[in-house]
Amino acid sequence: MSDDTIQITVDGTPLTAKRGQMLIEVTDAAGIDVPRFCYHKKLSIAANCRMCLVEVEKAPKPLPACATPCMPDMVVHTDSKVARDAQKGTMEFLLINHPLDCPICDQGGECELQDVAMGYGNGASQYTEGKRVVFDKYIGPLIATEMTRCIHCTRCVRFGEEIAGIRELGATGRGENVRIGTYIEKSVVSEVSGNVIDICPVGALTARPSRFTARAWELSQQPGVSPHDSVGSNIFIHMDGSTVNRVVPRDNESINEVWIADRDRFSYQGLSSSDRLGTPMVRVDGELQPTDWSTALAAAASKLKSGTLGVLTSASNTLEELYLSQKLGRALGSNNIDHRLGQTDFSAQDAAPVMPWLGMGFNDLETLDAALLIGSNIRKDQPIAALRLRKSAIKGAAISFINPRGFPLHFDAAEIITTRFDRMVTELYAVAKAAGADLSAMQDAPDVDTDERHERIAESLKQGERAAVFLGNLSVQHPDYSRLQFLANALARTTGATLAMLPERANTAGAWLAGAVPHREAGGVAIQGGNAGMDAGQLLDAPLQSYLLVGIEPELDAANPALAMKTLQASSGVVAISAFLSEGLKQVADVVLPAAAFTETFGTYVNATGNWQSSRGVTNPPGDARPAWKIFRVLASELELEGFEYNSPEEITRELQSRCGGIQLGNLTEFATVPGFAAARDAQLLRAGETPIYATDPVVRRSQPLQKSMDGKQAMASMAASVARELSLSEGDNASVRQNGLVVTLPVRIDDNVPDGCVWVPTGLPETAALGELFGTIEVSKA
Amino acid sequence: MSSVPADVQLPDPETVLNEHSIQEIDEWLTRYPEERKQSAVLAALSIAQHQNQGWLSTELMDAVAAKLDMPPIAVYEVASFYSMFETKPVGRHCVAICTNISCMLMGSDNIVEHVQDKYGIKLGESTEDGRIYLKVEEECLAACAGGPMMQVDHVYHTQLTPQKVDEILDALD
Repeated sequence: MSDDTIQITVDGTPLTAKRGQMLIEVTDAAGIDVPRFCYHKKLSIAANCRMCLVEVEKAPKPLPACATPCMPDMVVHTDSKVARDAQKGTMEFLLINHPLDCPICDQGGECELQDVAMGYGNGASQYTEGKRVVFDKYIGPLIATEMTRCIHCTRCVRFGEEIAGIRELGATGRGENVRIGTYIEKSVVSEVSGNVIDICPVGALTARPSRFTARAWELSQQPGVSPHDSVGSNIFIHMDGSTVNRVVPRDNESINEVWIADRDRFSYQGLSSSDRLGTPMVRVDGELQPTDWSTALAAAASKLKSGTLGVLTSASNTLEELYLSQKLGRALGSNNIDHRLGQTDFSAQDAAPVMPWLGMGFNDLETLDAALLIGSNIRKDQPIAALRLRKSAIKGAAISFINPRGFPLHFDAAEIITTRFDRMVTELYAVAKAAGADLSAMQDAPDVDTDERHERIAESLKQGERAAVFLGNLSVQHPDYSRLQFLANALARTTGATLAMLPERANTAGAWLAGAVPHREAGGVAIQGGNAGMDAGQLLDAPLQSYLLVGIEPELDAANPALAMKTLQASSGVVAISAFLSEGLKQVADVVLPAAAFTETFGTYVNATGNWQSSRGVTNPPGDARPAWKIFRVLASELELEGFEYNSPEEITRELQSRCGGIQLGNLTEFATVPGFAAARDAQLLRAGETPIYATDPVVRRSQPLQKSMDGKQAMASMAASVARELSLSEGDNASVRQNGLVVTLPVRIDDNVPDGCVWVPTGLPETAALGELFGTIEVSKA
Repeated sequence: MSSVPADVQLPDPETVLNEHSIQEIDEWLTRYPEERKQSAVLAALSIAQHQNQGWLSTELMDAVAAKLDMPPIAVYEVASFYSMFETKPVGRHCVAICTNISCMLMGSDNIVEHVQDKYGIKLGESTEDGRIYLKVEEECLAACAGGPMMQVDHVYHTQLTPQKVDEILDALD
């Protein structure tokens, strides 16, 4: 037995503990129930609620179990008279100001205060004075407040400071006048704010979208996987009868711990959107008309057979849907299959690894010594991974960024290189050069001077025992993606850092495995003999005879939405399998087959660590909509194709699994050639942008609470004050934003995080869907 | 490690705090390590309050937050906790009558009643002309030997009688 291990006795039972470990951790592990409110295993110890008082022999008075370190031979009683009296006394005080409104409280039935009051409370209170009332302030569309119920445990305050990294809630006032809130009326901005709903032990903070809609005991619970980012957070879907009432986290230490992002929590609100498809449709006399399945299937089959076919499938689809998308396309003789609608530079696709992945486990993100993130807004793109990375930063890791704009961070970065997107390659080149990487494969490499920042980043990656170079969502969308890939490879090699990819969508890794790319089949098998098909960029550049769109909203998903729409409109054979009828689909689709969405169908998601996670369908799709795998089955039979006779979606998963057996994961690859260096486009005003956090996939785009939150309001032209002055624009003005003759009007936002010479206009939004390329030139003037 | 929400736009302290306040806060900052700027929050709030007729606006608190690299909510917490700070506009003369045990035994209730009647306001209120603010004094002011006592604009007055109170308050501008 090591020195650290000691014996204590709790309620007569001998228990083993670590020296200095808090008593409550030991009793929790042993299954001994000690009531508590302020203690939370993931938060710091506050010891302010006093509910966990227990009797410790030789101590003069009861001690809080959450803040009492274990000592050798300690004898503890958790339900002796002394302990019980202390707990009951605390309970009485906590209930002094608590309203007796359990019948109208959303927390009723799953309330820690209610539960503990049942065990430790008295039937009547000795308190006869008036109760305190706290008036609520609006803190946003996601969290409802009823602060009269608050017992000041400060879990939500500590969550903000310690986990989310944004201190938004606080305890103002003193004594009886203490209240938890934002002090001033403001919406909370954290992308993981919804977690305070779960950790609030009372009904002070509840979920606004599901407020007053169901009682906790009427809900049934099913496990699921969040389909919104490559973390694949584990969730529980709570159902009221056959509809989704809410989504809460499902603990998984190796993935999302006990947290989920607001996107995971509130996206379900988009499922019942008014443009949800419940019937098949075909275009008759220029209009999409509802029809029956057999007519629609026959029409779809005839379109798909009619000539050269392109298949575009979304990386937010399930693995089974991705696999069947490419299987159907290839069975029809086409390799024109892609999921990379947001990408523009495909020149390094042959050098790409079998699938892009993190190169480590999520928990390894917590113990990095150094990291460089290239083109990544990790906080909004992979919020839960960002929480892990933040832990490294707090421990002192040197975390640096090269980004086309400054992003608000929730930790202190070592170096932040913010530059116009056309100079990102140069900046990364300088870091790689400072690190002494072999860059000879790069043609026309410029003479780049390195400065201290580059040297410091290079040095931190070399020195760090656990270092990583990340390529984020913005790198993949970048017009020089292949160069960034090459340089990141070279930098990782020379510094010994792990090359880490942050897959953009829930199933980006899965899409590569499933063969939803033009140059590789399922399992990453390269297509030989120059038979590789067209990539997404080519497919959306010039019209083919027919297209199959699976879960795609072309005006929101494509790197150049205006061009994509024009191309698809010119084709008369567009078949869409989709859960929603977006404005774009309404214009281009000739046949629409209504599909089941998230929660309605079995589906597997391969997350950033290569973990295959499946979740079952727990609700029914609306009307005649069907799970997409069944649509593929009947469509294949209509097309007289063999090999689609699946009886269950698990058969599809197993079929793909059998083709992925021998895959070796690794992001480092060999580059045969690297394209020449592109010159910076100095004299021009450039557009740059991202797909904002709540514009990533069809379900999220339709979740009203998310769209109404701060992060949902991104339809703006943001620019530095100096740029605005040059264009004679000021904050709030309406600006005409032009790209190749296309015009939209957007409000101006002054934001000095956007580099000079650049205007930040996001994509994935209806307001910007009429524009062209995300990274290109732009003209802006007063509207 | 600050946890200032980067999404929050804070005002530039130089434009909200006057030159004198900035100078004084800077002087306080020299007393603490560079990464512990928040240690100066009480002094900074007190300086800011002086600049603003005795009360702290949200803008001033935000400026202090920006100056000290603190999340604004952490500054609001401090300002709302301590009774020396006012977060709403108050009269220009701060009159705080001690009502703690010693003063109470010496008749502070009568003094309070006298002043309330004199100005027609209650504890915690200011006169309409903005001249007098009758502060609720939460704590013992540590002049028990001289009770009943009051503090007027940082000056202690002891062994009060209603007449003496009138003289003192009438002499204010």
